[in-house]
Amino acid sequence: MSDVLTSVLRRRGWTLLLALLLFALPFYLDAFWLRIGLFSMAAAIGAVGIGLLSGTAGQLSLGHAFFLAVGAYGYVWLAGEPGPGLPPALAVLLAVLLAGAAGGLFSPVAGRVKGIYLGVATLALVFLGHHVLLTADSVTGGFNGRSVPPLELGGFSFTEADPGLTVLGVPFGAEERLWYLGLALFALTWFTARGLLRGRPGRALVALRDSETAASVMGVHVAKYRSAAFVVSSMYAGLAGVLLALSFRRVVPDYFSLALSVDYLAMIVIGGLGSVAGATAGAVFVTGLPLLMTRYADQLPLVATPGSGDGSIGPTEAARYLYGAAIVVILLYAPDGLHGLARRTRARLRRRPPVTVPSETGPAPGTSATTARAKEHTP
Amino acid sequence: MTGLLDNLLNGVALGSVYALIALGFVTIFKASGVLSFAHGSLLLLGGYLVAVLHDDLGFAGALALAVVVTALVAGALDRLVLQRVGTDSHAAHVQTIVTIGIDILLVTDLARRIGGDLLTLGDPWGDSVTDLGPVTVADSRIAAIVVSAVAIAGAFALFRFTPWGLSLRAAAEDAEAAALMGVRLTRVRAIAWCLAGGLAALAAVFLVAFPAPGLERTTGQIALKAFPAAILGGMASPVGALVGSMLIGLTEALVAGYQSDLHVLGEGFGDVAPYAVMVLVLLVRPTGLFAARGAARV
Repeated sequence: MSDVLTSVLRRRGWTLLLALLLFALPFYLDAFWLRIGLFSMAAAIGAVGIGLLSGTAGQLSLGHAFFLAVGAYGYVWLAGEPGPGLPPALAVLLAVLLAGAAGGLFSPVAGRVKGIYLGVATLALVFLGHHVLLTADSVTGGFNGRSVPPLELGGFSFTEADPGLTVLGVPFGAEERLWYLGLALFALTWFTARGLLRGRPGRALVALRDSETAASVMGVHVAKYRSAAFVVSSMYAGLAGVLLALSFRRVVPDYFSLALSVDYLAMIVIGGLGSVAGATAGAVFVTGLPLLMTRYADQLPLVATPGSGDGSIGPTEAARYLYGAAIVVILLYAPDGLHGLARRTRARLRRRPPVTVPSETGPAPGTSATTARAKEHTP
Repeated sequence: MTGLLDNLLNGVALGSVYALIALGFVTIFKASGVLSFAHGSLLLLGGYLVAVLHDDLGFAGALALAVVVTALVAGALDRLVLQRVGTDSHAAHVQTIVTIGIDILLVTDLARRIGGDLLTLGDPWGDSVTDLGPVTVADSRIAAIVVSAVAIAGAFALFRFTPWGLSLRAAAEDAEAAALMGVRLTRVRAIAWCLAGGLAALAAVFLVAFPAPGLERTTGQIALKAFPAAILGGMASPVGALVGSMLIGLTEALVAGYQSDLHVLGEGFGDVAPYAVMVLVLLVRPTGLFAARGAARV
């Protein structure tokens, strides 16, 4: 037993340490940092979804904002008034399924339209979706959006409810509570996505991306897998949308614009295509950058504080510059993104020649089998 | 009846401007397999240059300079940035995403310069109108149709009659074989980007002319509507891009014109109608209306 424990510790030591750190953070950080973390977690869930579709299956999607909107508005409508007013936990589940169903409805297109074409076809979803959000007042609240009903799980409310909750002398407000919800949802995303990528579906999608004809000859049902990838990616987007809605406490149509879709695409590109960890890193970078820039604008060189007249570079613009430049520079010099950079650095630190593992498929079959076994034995 | 004619004319004018942009998409796609998401920013750049230069150079001079500069910027972007990204079979995908990064950079910078202003381009037709029998047409629309027709005819002549056009078509057919026959792919691509950039700058002038209010920071987003046009036509077909643009322009104008009758679709549906049309067409023909059908080899 202790042998298993040490081997797990040796292999998963860093992961465990990181998980512990994430668990402890709400005790040390104030609400501002927790909000950055929350938005990053939501973005990471969405980014994993689009990574599955664009990174692994090679299908470009610019429609991610639409599915985020379906998740967010689905939850708000299902749990709120006007709407059926379902129990919030059930509404979360149904909202995710709703986003999946929306992806399924689009599958006649998503299953047959390839690569770049799909990217443009999904543009349609964003614009048509935005139009619906603005016009369907009774469901979406129109231009001004709707406020988000708080989540309650078995009597526990994810707000600053009374009686207040204090853990180890730290008052637990909405941010702290949502933080743990976000962590749980993110862990769920992380493990399901890794399972999908390393299993049969992941391999089929990679084969499909590399050569459609070869894959179909090998027995991969092209349209079925493409549609399935689209549906699963939409469901992750829906989940991300729900978490975003809970963190924002208000949803407005203008948030779910094309720029948001582009952000998600940028996350997986910056992080490294086809890797769950990369998508997460990209999500943290893209989400955190503008917020941090705005907060520390007065201490940064070359950046003016917000509203100090035109012509000067404000924090939002500075963040946009950095972010646009990051996309270009990373693709120029490190086409496999942060994930690839980390892998190469690690290989160099160990003074071994870099191993060229195809990043999309994760480790070789042997390793993934051992990880799977190790996981089963963990209590 | 007059209403219908009005709407049709509006549609054709709009379609011919979209055609300028869509033709740029198609040219780039044929030469490099890249879908240019940087087109909105190139369009904005062209418009911005005309806006700041027309006081000193006059409208025609400013337009000519804007077209040339935008063309050179587009060509330089391709030669100096895009062509350095990726060499494998997925290079075109990666380069497509790089164009998104370039777009973010350029749009951020131009939007910062434009700020909340509404810039005028000093075009000679202003808000004057001409009576054509039963309908009254804004001169800017006539100018859009005429200039676009000339520019598009010029582009088609380039495709058909010049050595570059021949190289472009050869490269689109089979890049490797073309390279072996002595076609300099890097140069063919860069020139394709130049042409597309010039066309985008030209389109900007008509997109912001009367009755549009003027150049604003969001003008570049209109270029996105030419995507459906190019995709409808099949992305690699210039004729398809023309047909697609007309279809999109007419749809938008007709839906906007009969908005009161289409109340159920909601206000402002004209702006998103092009995308609805695109989805419908892609359902029937996943590779567009004019795409070549070919067997794939493993």
